[in-house]
Amino acid sequence: MKEYVMGNGAIALGALAAGVNLVAGYPGTPSSEIIETVSKYPHEGVHLEWSVNEKAALEVAAAAAYSGARALVTMKQMGLNVASDPLMSAAYVGVKGGLVIVSADDPGPISSQTEQDTRRFADFCRIPVFDPSSPEEAYEMIQDAFEYSEKYSTPVLFRPTTRVCHAYASINVPEKFSPKEYEGFIKDSGRWVIFPRLSYINHGKIEKRNIETGKDFSSYRFNTVEGGETKKAVVTSGVSYAYVKECLKNRNDVKIIKISTAFPFPEDFVLDSLEGVEKALCVEELSPYIEEQILKTAGRHGLDIEVLGKLDGTVPHNGENSVELSAKILNEFLGENKKAEQSDISDSPALPARPPVLCAGCPHRASFYAVKQAMKGRKAFFCGDIGCYTLGNAMPLDMVDTCLCMGAGITMAQGLNHTNDGVCFAFAGDSTFFASGMTGVVNAVYNEADIVLCVLDNSTTAMTGHQPHPGTGRNMAGNFVEKVDIAKVLEGMGVKKILTVNPLNLEESVNAVKECADEKGVKAIIFKSPCIAIAKPSGRCAVDAQKCVNCKKCISETGCPALVAGGGKVTIDRNLCTGCGLCAQVCPVGAIGGEERE
Amino acid sequence: MNKDILICGTGGQGTVLASKITAAAAMREGSRVHSAETIGMAQRGGSVTSHIRIGDEAFSPLIPCGNADVLLAFEPGEAVRNLKYLKKNGVAVVNTAAVRPVTESLNETGYDGSEQVEYLKRKHDCVFVSSDEVCAPFGSTKFFNIIILGVAAGSGRLGISKEALLAEIEKQVPPKFAETNKKSFLAGFETGEKALK
Repeated sequence: MKEYVMGNGAIALGALAAGVNLVAGYPGTPSSEIIETVSKYPHEGVHLEWSVNEKAALEVAAAAAYSGARALVTMKQMGLNVASDPLMSAAYVGVKGGLVIVSADDPGPISSQTEQDTRRFADFCRIPVFDPSSPEEAYEMIQDAFEYSEKYSTPVLFRPTTRVCHAYASINVPEKFSPKEYEGFIKDSGRWVIFPRLSYINHGKIEKRNIETGKDFSSYRFNTVEGGETKKAVVTSGVSYAYVKECLKNRNDVKIIKISTAFPFPEDFVLDSLEGVEKALCVEELSPYIEEQILKTAGRHGLDIEVLGKLDGTVPHNGENSVELSAKILNEFLGENKKAEQSDISDSPALPARPPVLCAGCPHRASFYAVKQAMKGRKAFFCGDIGCYTLGNAMPLDMVDTCLCMGAGITMAQGLNHTNDGVCFAFAGDSTFFASGMTGVVNAVYNEADIVLCVLDNSTTAMTGHQPHPGTGRNMAGNFVEKVDIAKVLEGMGVKKILTVNPLNLEESVNAVKECADEKGVKAIIFKSPCIAIAKPSGRCAVDAQKCVNCKKCISETGCPALVAGGGKVTIDRNLCTGCGLCAQVCPVGAIGGEERE
Repeated sequence: MNKDILICGTGGQGTVLASKITAAAAMREGSRVHSAETIGMAQRGGSVTSHIRIGDEAFSPLIPCGNADVLLAFEPGEAVRNLKYLKKNGVAVVNTAAVRPVTESLNETGYDGSEQVEYLKRKHDCVFVSSDEVCAPFGSTKFFNIIILGVAAGSGRLGISKEALLAEIEKQVPPKFAETNKKSFLAGFETGEKALK
């Protein structure tokens, strides 16, 4: 049957077609839809889970692969940093069933903290990596990845980028998927227990194997060369291939060499393809990985070839590539001057900026506002974290002083506390708390930090599309499970003061913050109110035009997008307002009231 | 047939559904289709785009600048923002009703879209519709995504048949809204036909 799916959907369906037995991951743009797609298609006999974080996901999957099962792990590129501990070791130990780790890179970056390159991580771990250039290719390639993983008994990385993950295409998939039949775990401590001696032996084997895999990849079906005998070649990979192809179409006077397996580098294939080539332009995103390999190959084999790319400044190091950028670089490379047929818009009128903001009625806004009000006139530091609530940094809230990586807010607040005077706050979402916040809390209790932990509990993983987590009482298998209670977890870890408040009640929230600010030790406030995207709004607010004095305090204090200025009075957008009532509590003249939704 | 259609607007206007229906309708007529959506942070009130590429000649998931045959703009400022994608002889179907950005309430610039509409008139072959006007009979601007699709189809520039689009509307919207959506589409179609004359 034909399915029109996103690249992430193609990866999911490809894994199902490959007979995957276990799928685990942690949400992160641009990778989240892989697991969601598996859940939407029949997957009887496949264990599917949103793990608590990427490290947990990879460890769960590794054991499945030790058992001979096929396992898929999904994450975004920074998730691979979290999973790198098990990955490095698993690379030494190896696997029996196929283990494929999808780490989606995000050139731009569009919704990430870093522009890191998973291909380099593959080189670092000494394991193969696959790099699809389209959803169609991703569907085929993920199946190949399982084959190669089993052929060489090694975990394999699979690296799509945002534009492949989020592009849609038609895929031919089988009517029915059948999970692989496998043997089960067979005890063999000489194989599955990592010891220095085993690592030493396997390190040697892995390096030998990679030479073999590189030769194997030289005839891999998605390492391709197009165009005739020419002196100029473009070497490219991933979605950059699509951009180059869009520019060059089926031209015969320049070669396009596509490298879908950056590591182990298919050297024989590249040497063959570069036969007679005097000038090679490398068009790739993120790091100049292929470019470096070509330079290495040219050096080793004494090729007389000029290599252009990021290292000589021909291609920018940062940001994503595009057809436009590729066209410009190719024009220069080929000595041409082709231009797109577009109208000159340099004289266009100024356009409004549309920065992302917290939604109207978002409980995070109320939580931040309460802390801000309680700390008015006092020295305080606000350590933020990763999630929708990173948007608390925007004006007028301006409540995020630091943001580093998942879970870092809790530990950074401790560092600030040990080196600065002032009240130190840490903000963590509920999903972030479970993913990597808990160890930080133990650290704070153990090392006597004075911090106020604010858990912004909206009962979901909102930013990445509302995935369930251990606190929601639901899991990806579709079952209702025991809710892990954040307050009880904190209590168990030794936090003495734990308050739970409704952030939409401003007075109660401000009082809770004030109460915690001056106490010693670790204090926690759980701001509990569901994400407005999952809870049906019960009411909405309205401005009494008779009472409104147009001071706009509601807008300048909260920045809620439902509040509209203009026309001499503030009005409320009835479509956006959820009736959270924060503005009503801020209004100095009591002009804002609530009403029931019909 | 090779055709590139760019749909743009702001988060929450229903561009994704319009894109899905367009892509599916083109496939229904036997074309090869690729598309790409803006996903992630930008959805929270930001600018959104859907790129639809019909035909065998498309490689890049995003439409190259100067390559779009049709620009379907749900908002005049967004039309200008994405005008670079439109071919010189392409057509823009533009909603004249502006969506004021949330920052407007904090730092007023007086943006109301009128300057953008004037600019578009000078620059390109455009079909203008006002969501405020065309949506009035339906009591909600929720159906505008389907109406503007109708306008584009009626103006004869979309290259996808009315029947294929109607069939996909029927298939993709929840049954209880199917009738209203089909009516919205046909109302838009008529507006588009008039614009053609």
